[in-house]
Amino acid sequence: MSNDAALEAAPEHRPVRRRPAGLVPDGPVRRSAHVCMAASCLSLCSDQVLERLVEAVVAAGLADVAVKRVGCLGLCATGPLVEIPETGRLFEGVKADGVDPLVDGLAGTDDTPAGRPPFFTRQVRVVTENVGRVDPESLDDALAHGGYAALEQVLASMTPGQVIDEVTRSGLRGRGGAGYPTGLKWQTVAKGAPGQKYVICNADEGDPGAFMDRTVLESDPHRVLEGMAIAAYAVGADRGYIYCRAEYRLALARLKTAIRAAERAGWLGRDIAESRFDFHVEVRVGAGAFVCGEETALIASLEGGRGTPVLRPPYPAAAGLRGRPTLINNVETLASVAPIVRRGGEWYAGIGVGRSRGTKVFALAGRVVNTGIVEVPMGITLREIVYDLGGGIVGGRPFKAVQTGGPSGGCLPEGDLDMPVDYESLAEAGSIMGSGGMIVMDDTSCMVDVARYFMDFCRDESCGKCVPCRVGTTQLWMLLTAITEGRATLADLRQLEELSGMVAATSLCGLGQTAPNPVFSTLRYFRDEYLAHIEDRTCPAGVCPVGTKQAGP
Amino acid sequence: MAETAVRAPSDDKRWRAVDARLRRLGRDPSALIEVLHSVQESFGYLDLDGLAYVGAALGVPPSRVYGVATFYSYFTLKPAGEHTCVVCTGTACYISGARALLDGIARRFGIGPGQTTPDGVLSVLTARCVGACSLAPVMIVDGEVHGRQTEGDAVAALEKLGPETP
Repeated sequence: MSNDAALEAAPEHRPVRRRPAGLVPDGPVRRSAHVCMAASCLSLCSDQVLERLVEAVVAAGLADVAVKRVGCLGLCATGPLVEIPETGRLFEGVKADGVDPLVDGLAGTDDTPAGRPPFFTRQVRVVTENVGRVDPESLDDALAHGGYAALEQVLASMTPGQVIDEVTRSGLRGRGGAGYPTGLKWQTVAKGAPGQKYVICNADEGDPGAFMDRTVLESDPHRVLEGMAIAAYAVGADRGYIYCRAEYRLALARLKTAIRAAERAGWLGRDIAESRFDFHVEVRVGAGAFVCGEETALIASLEGGRGTPVLRPPYPAAAGLRGRPTLINNVETLASVAPIVRRGGEWYAGIGVGRSRGTKVFALAGRVVNTGIVEVPMGITLREIVYDLGGGIVGGRPFKAVQTGGPSGGCLPEGDLDMPVDYESLAEAGSIMGSGGMIVMDDTSCMVDVARYFMDFCRDESCGKCVPCRVGTTQLWMLLTAITEGRATLADLRQLEELSGMVAATSLCGLGQTAPNPVFSTLRYFRDEYLAHIEDRTCPAGVCPVGTKQAGP
Repeated sequence: MAETAVRAPSDDKRWRAVDARLRRLGRDPSALIEVLHSVQESFGYLDLDGLAYVGAALGVPPSRVYGVATFYSYFTLKPAGEHTCVVCTGTACYISGARALLDGIARRFGIGPGQTTPDGVLSVLTARCVGACSLAPVMIVDGEVHGRQTEGDAVAALEKLGPETP
């Protein structure tokens, strides 16, 4: 039964206004149900839950209840999720044929706030403040939640220089992983050669196990567009591109819907908010090349070519797309801009530690109980993330490692769990902040096999332009394969270390330079596992096929 | 310009969508990837005639069109089977047993990633990460996500599609 059918069944005295997905009563809303319609819950048929819930609410004659489509509610592990924000109650694993408890919750009058688990209470939500609260396909709803207020403020009362100062004061650093100071990058582009400039939003989230940017794009696309427009005003650009992975179909659809709505309402396009500022945004779809997350490769791809990087300098800030000064920021960085403008750079800088200010969104996955999206203040410890927010390891098994930074990052052992999460500490420990993928591993994962997995990824994704990366990653993968198959000697281990150093030192771009990181960090913390494969021909985790193949050449 | 002389490789109506996209993008050579997306969306894959046509329409040499089409893993030059099964090999799926799914599928149907059963019923592909990490390990059959799969689940779901087995 569709929404229309539900409406036909509605009692006549209860007029309801229908939206494409959901239910809005004409009078005041006493309670509402937020149904998660982001990719993970949607793949578990949360759209059917929403439909059935609308029918059930109508059938129960609840005249002051809204049912709303929202983006990610965070705790993807137990989806499909529905939240009643008025009481804070979260319904997990809701099935389309089991919406009755929800209807009872909506009909109830008990307003005692439900106890929220630490997964939610330990978060500090800045980037994701409206994720799971706004309807991602409604500009009106975005506006009702403060959308485009920062852009309006900037255009009405700030000079480009003042905007850049505010961002600089916030201490915001690039959230794509490298952590370059955002204010400085903006300033460089602003000071670049006068004339045509571009703003590019890097939405080519390629690290396996990372889905923060996808979540933001699917849940609050206007936030990203607003950040882009503010950035464009600050650096003097009038054209922008969002370079998004082709695999993110839902995010792409919602982005395109958001752009069309913002253009119609005058938040994008010509003379935005009755100012003389023009900004046009187009979406460009990637085609499945991890290397295109690298700035210069991304630009090559935007220009219609193979995504191969070029040597920097010149940096894109000086000579980027079509040779013009180009600002490239990642989704999360741009989504941080509006709150910084609204609440001031100093407020943002008040969160965090050391040179890492503000918050960071992480995608928590792997062998942890509460998988999903979390936003935490910089400086929180890994232990707090894994155990307090994450709820510990599935089945109470022993923790072995947490992997951050994807194929460019590393595996951190139990001894590092009390380390604060900030750019510098993670780098010192041999990993990187990265874009925010955080994969927890227990004793069923073999660290040599994990290193081999990431090297296989880099070998496959190497663009082939420079020899150290193209040939080096293949050789490293062969060495790691030999170790996992029990065919390696200690000389192979030495060669693995030497070659890793060479690939890191001599590759052209970040992909090759960081490809050996998973090898370095696993060698540093889990060398005994390598030795067990080589000397004892055993895999401590029981993952690798050691001994099944004949040793020898 | 010679643009007007360039004609679609066949009368197939699906070329109209591609031509519309070409017009909207102003036949700008930098729109190559966008146009290839459009061809693949319309036909399911890129064939050599299609590549030649896109190159001619944009004024991009065939070598460059072929280079781009083969550089990006999203583009495929082979038609897919009637049904497709994409096994996610992202990190979360990998440590939760994606390899066992692929091994099981290979044993039962005799095909690995990028291959199609000889009867053209089933194609198996891998994806780097579909972003459904909470449901790991995940496979996507004809666009529908199957989460928390065991080898047995995966094989049983695919057997229902009726591909031949060796």
